[in-house]
Amino acid sequence: MKGYRLDYLEQLEAESIHIFREVKSQFERPALLFSGGKDSITMVHLARKAFAPGKIPFPLVHVDTGHNFPEALAFRDKLADDIKATLVVRKVEDTIQLKKLMEPKGKFPSRNWLQTYTLIDTIEEFKFDCCIGGARRDEEKARAKERIFSVRDEFGQWNPKLQRPELWNIYNGRIHKGENVRVFPISNWTELDIWNYIRKEKIALPSIYFSHDRNVIEHEGQLVAMSEHVQISENDIIQSKKVRYRTVGDMTCTAAVESSASNLDEVIDEIISTRISERGETRIDDKVTEAAMEDRKKNGYF
Amino acid sequence: MDLLRFITAGSVDDGKSTLIGRLLYDSKNILIDQMEALERSTKNNADGSVDLALLTDGLRAEREQGITIDVAYRYFSTPKRKFIIADAPGHVQYTRNMITGASNANLIIILIDARQGVVEQTRRHSIIASLLKIPHVVVAINKMDMVDYSIDVYNNIVIDFAEVARQLGLQEVKYIPISALKGDNIVERSLAFSWYEGEPLLKMLEEIEIKEDVNLTDARFQVQLVLRPQTDELHDYRGYAGKIISGIYKKGDKVRVLPAGIETSVTKLEIGGNEVDEVFAPQSAVIQLADDIDISRGDSIVKSDNLPTISNEIEVILCWMDETPLLQGNKYLLQHNSRLVRTVVKNIEYKLDVNSLQQRSAEDGVKLNEVVKATLKTASPLVYDTYEKINENGSAILINETSNSTVAAVLFK
Repeated sequence: MKGYRLDYLEQLEAESIHIFREVKSQFERPALLFSGGKDSITMVHLARKAFAPGKIPFPLVHVDTGHNFPEALAFRDKLADDIKATLVVRKVEDTIQLKKLMEPKGKFPSRNWLQTYTLIDTIEEFKFDCCIGGARRDEEKARAKERIFSVRDEFGQWNPKLQRPELWNIYNGRIHKGENVRVFPISNWTELDIWNYIRKEKIALPSIYFSHDRNVIEHEGQLVAMSEHVQISENDIIQSKKVRYRTVGDMTCTAAVESSASNLDEVIDEIISTRISERGETRIDDKVTEAAMEDRKKNGYF
Repeated sequence: MDLLRFITAGSVDDGKSTLIGRLLYDSKNILIDQMEALERSTKNNADGSVDLALLTDGLRAEREQGITIDVAYRYFSTPKRKFIIADAPGHVQYTRNMITGASNANLIIILIDARQGVVEQTRRHSIIASLLKIPHVVVAINKMDMVDYSIDVYNNIVIDFAEVARQLGLQEVKYIPISALKGDNIVERSLAFSWYEGEPLLKMLEEIEIKEDVNLTDARFQVQLVLRPQTDELHDYRGYAGKIISGIYKKGDKVRVLPAGIETSVTKLEIGGNEVDEVFAPQSAVIQLADDIDISRGDSIVKSDNLPTISNEIEVILCWMDETPLLQGNKYLLQHNSRLVRTVVKNIEYKLDVNSLQQRSAEDGVKLNEVVKATLKTASPLVYDTYEKINENGSAILINETSNSTVAAVLFK
């Protein structure tokens, strides 16, 4: 029977495709939450495979913080265009104006918290009953315990104590009116799995994932890109460095790493040899409290 | 590189969290910032040591109460394998979580405290392993440092467990003495066990043969979704998307669509939009057929010369997972992969004591975490195999239609 075996990436791919197809079958109005980062680009690739030769049968939804890297936005628009996907963009800026929300203050005014408001409004606007997210269980402690089909109440809240048992490969997506489900098709992938898959499938990524020159300031050991959203103080030294990003998020809370890795092989080599995990290295807002993610998820975050 | 999914069974006191922490730590899958968070959390320890168990404690609610409330998934890899650990709590009130974690596992590590030997919990974990037919069992006899690495203590526990395994019919059982706390026999063979000839635990996990775990003999496929793009260039395209549950399908195969019973043949096979000559478990594929037949989600496509059972009255083992008790005569939705049918629990024959395997009367109703033998009657026939023959075609869940909760795991007999 030699030959009839899948390697680990093929197994992960098969599982994710299965999940995408369950979503399409079980929900009336699903949407794929698209950030422009490598995880959501990988999800789009998997979704295309799940529904080929047809196109992806649901919209890509981007909750735009207004603090995005221009390269990532350009990439997003081109990708949606290339695959003829419907792209829905809703801006945190508009929610702030409309609902008179307080902008975060401080040196790095991250809008990550505020994304939740825009997301919930978008879900209401389009009556989405399922939002597909790119969260992985290896990212963070709270995520390690979340189901692949995660039921949220009408406030988007996750209740870790009331999760449905998830057995074999059977997914129960039945919900009451007003509830919706977050589905995480790449739950079982690690950061390295994603990178190896991107290399294997030759998936294109925004340029910021590879080494480039950028003006940055150093803050508590992390490199933050200069942008109009960052408050500069007198002590800050703006310097040009060769950097790349490991995640693409809000420019104010996503740190760069010094790197000369300019192609996938070099990036993967660096990741294997690096000993710092993804969220710790590049997310400035997670360090605030150890339970930060648990709190955000309970409040409707992805 | 392949993928091994395993579950660890043991209570907090057996050192389960320490073992997982140790596997992650010693295989260098703990990263610096996780390490820092760990050190921050353990700085109150009198001896300043790092508490490996904290690596696996997820939610603040759990840390505050010092318990684990749910299955957590952990990931690590070595150059040989990627591993997914389902970390499930072991107390009787968490049987539900253990079954959840065990449902996808190729392997179970049953932890035994060397000072306690085989106890009621060991028996329960073994019964669940046998109920769910987990193909490989590793019995890790932990805390050997607390019994002076005694070969006699180890041998006596092996003899006791072998008797449990014999009663339950557990086939592939391997034994290993360890100390998760000291790191003995986890990644490296420990000098403390001069008498132990076998491999350390990680090596065992890397080398256990799992390719036989996938059934490639009996071809089973259930339609998840009918793909009909209906664009100009794909006007007549009609593909049946789904997961190959077991077996192999080739272009030209004579197949039967069930439960309708219509014969046709495979004309085209696709994986991710690319045409291929054959597809096999556990791939997600698209099958095209020669004839235009009315096929919808939940229908099965099998080979004409190898048929599953078709019935609307099925003997099952039910693992009850809901706070609301099960009563004979209750109606539920049954989800068998992608097939959803109404069902009634007709007859509850007996309750299975998961601590002793004894059968008891079920007249007082079936409560959370209890396991029963029952008969289900479904509104339309199911196309299935016994759980023993093909796990994934022999399992289902029950859903309470009013709460939408998943209330039971179902194993077809």
